[in-house]
Amino acid sequence: MYKITTDRIEPDALFEWSLKPHHGAVITFAGTVRDNTDGRRTLRLEYEAYAEMAEAKMQEVGDEIREKWGIEDVAMMHRVGTLEIGEISILISVAAPHRKNAFEACSYAIDRVKQIVPVWKKEIWADGEREWVERDS
Amino acid sequence: MRIIVKCFAGCRDAVGATSVSVEFPAGTTVGEAFAGLIESYPALAGYERSVMLAVNREYADRQAVLEDGDELACIPPVSGGHAQR
Repeated sequence: MYKITTDRIEPDALFEWSLKPHHGAVITFAGTVRDNTDGRRTLRLEYEAYAEMAEAKMQEVGDEIREKWGIEDVAMMHRVGTLEIGEISILISVAAPHRKNAFEACSYAIDRVKQIVPVWKKEIWADGEREWVERDS
Repeated sequence: MRIIVKCFAGCRDAVGATSVSVEFPAGTTVGEAFAGLIESYPALAGYERSVMLAVNREYADRQAVLEDGDELACIPPVSGGHAQR
């Protein structure tokens, strides 16, 4: 499952979906909205996605994980819209028979998502400024 | 030929719309199309170096040739999270 959603993401949203009887580990990564960046206070974040392409690119990351580790059960959800401090922006779940590969694959997944999945966030700073977070690729 | 241009994040702010339909001569490349967009929307110039371009939802080289009806997306540097410093 690879989904862009406007709904609030619960921490366990992908757990049941990922888990199968032959698994011995489910690794879940949740990216959450932080209240500051380098000490500058954030009020909230606004996320935007090129949804159709973003879902296809998340699937591509899942395909890469299947090739590298032989792990079939990967799922990702990314929320868009306005998110408050502490809310989950992205949830990734990797389930596998053994934990070591699952940890590695989950770490790989979030790194790759940040590289290739077209999702952007706008910082709504407490000082009144609003700006897209853009880094040179 | 007619190209659907989709713009996101800062590129959308520069263009003032999420989607615009633009006429280009046959044989226009992705890079030429973006240069043409900068002429129409000068605020896009700041993205010339950093923008990624996608055709029909796949990242494309600037040398790739567009075809009538293609969807060209202007993709500023992505940031699903915060770049670690």
